[in-house]
Amino acid sequence: MLLEVRDLSVNYGHIEAIRDLSFEVPEGTVVTLIGANGAGKSTTLKTISGLRKIRAGSVFYEGKDLAKVSPDRRVQMGISQSPEGRGIFPGMTVRENLEMGAYVRRDRNTAALAPDFERVLTLFPRLQERIKQPAGNLSGGEQQMLAIGRALMAQPRLLLLDEPSMGLAPKLIHQIFRIIEEINSQGTTVLLVEQNAAQALRRADHAYLLETGEIVRSGTGAELAGDAAVRAAYLGGDT
Amino acid sequence: MQLQYVLDNFMSLFIGGLVFGSLYALVALGYTMVYGVLQLINFAHSEVFMFGTFATVWALYLIGADATTTGLALVGSLAFAMVIAMIISGGVALLLERVAYRPLLKRGAPRLVALISAIGASFVLSEIMGLRGPIMAALGLDDEFDRYVASSRENVGMPLDRTPTVQFEILGHGVTNRDIIIVVSAVLMMVLVDQFVRRTRIGRGIRAVAQDPETSSLMGVNSTRVIQVTFLIGGLLAGAAATLYMLQVGITRYNAGFLLGVKAFTAAVLGGIGNLRGALLGGLVLGVAENLGAGLFGSEWREVVAFAVLVLVLLFRPTGLLGESLGKARA
Repeated sequence: MLLEVRDLSVNYGHIEAIRDLSFEVPEGTVVTLIGANGAGKSTTLKTISGLRKIRAGSVFYEGKDLAKVSPDRRVQMGISQSPEGRGIFPGMTVRENLEMGAYVRRDRNTAALAPDFERVLTLFPRLQERIKQPAGNLSGGEQQMLAIGRALMAQPRLLLLDEPSMGLAPKLIHQIFRIIEEINSQGTTVLLVEQNAAQALRRADHAYLLETGEIVRSGTGAELAGDAAVRAAYLGGDT
Repeated sequence: MQLQYVLDNFMSLFIGGLVFGSLYALVALGYTMVYGVLQLINFAHSEVFMFGTFATVWALYLIGADATTTGLALVGSLAFAMVIAMIISGGVALLLERVAYRPLLKRGAPRLVALISAIGASFVLSEIMGLRGPIMAALGLDDEFDRYVASSRENVGMPLDRTPTVQFEILGHGVTNRDIIIVVSAVLMMVLVDQFVRRTRIGRGIRAVAQDPETSSLMGVNSTRVIQVTFLIGGLLAGAAATLYMLQVGITRYNAGFLLGVKAFTAAVLGGIGNLRGALLGGLVLGVAENLGAGLFGSEWREVVAFAVLVLVLLFRPTGLLGESLGKARA
């Protein structure tokens, strides 16, 4: 098992953001956490990356307990995240943002990064056109591509994507999800957090539904997409 | 008003202002960089500078430099004193980060608490220097180090002959070797730091943390390390500024950091806090403005003019002259 989250509870201030959460991400799959705003999806991803303190439970990566592993070490181990709201560095150019993605790599010279640049710029040709521009000048969709591309520069085994469809036009959403599929088919395991349940479930090998910090349903993407309660609450009736 | 005096001596007042402005700028960089990564005013930075002034004097005592030292030996002594001052100031800055800030920030203390901690650390450092005589006496070491710790609350002077010699004239004003050394080394060091932040890996880490600390962690930037390096750079520059200050002013005491620290902080805000190039510009503008103001209204008005300039600039440009933050500064 690449990632295993066991009985995880995390507080956000005095509020319990997630409670007794357990799920697994097998190597090579796409796993998705769906749920409404405030269900605890982003907190889960932040905790896996080491940005939030665990109150109870544990996170295992390749069987290793991450409790005492620093956030930068986790990136080195292969856990890379494209955060909610994209978190691009607005004052750096597109190229510099991508280089930031490779910050932890030991082989950071131009030659070693060339194949990764090529991979990212092939997935996202728009970024090639914008490579020298300050990232703050990019459109929302381009910033999302940059955030995903930047996460790939670390050569992750596990890619954490937090709401990649947020604020994007339907056509762009479709394109982003197609690229996520392609990244997965190239061998990267994906843990995807989404409010856009329809798109996420279509691609997911396995899916979990979160409500107020707890998992209330789980199954394959297709099973959850067919679940009456999920359809009513998250898929806008009979889509 | 002594307009005629200012007009007659414009060049000399201007260059004198540039010299002090360079010192403000070097110290301002420490304030502005720490602010950039932590959104915290490191009020103890003035003491980091003050320790550098004493390190300069003590380093010269140590190698036996005195008023008879001339020529290459004089240059060498000064260079040695600067290296020691940079090491001591850098060390004090690192210690500050470790003792006064990191434990607080780790526990998620509000910025205001860290600010109080900074003010407290400032008093502690200043008084340790001011009480060095009694402290060494308690340890029974005051006889051996008498020259270093005697009259701890009085002024301590540079042991060297600091008399400058005029190198060339601009518009009738003689520019001395001392003016040149101070302005050139200050500008050179600021350019070095600017390039360091733009080109190196850890420099890029500093910019990333300044723009978005949480995302920086996701990129694997070790924020503790970045904060340490930021304090260290600020300390090294304050140490260099301390030696140049001693060359210019010639005396220091345990509370000598206060006024210079306030001025340097003013320079940082004037240029746009968080902005490296703003610190340089703010320092030079402040130095020249207060020197011209002192010439115009009398030297007791120097500080009034300095802060009037700050208020005026902030009225029209609330984010300072250059405004942009450290993070947004572009390569």
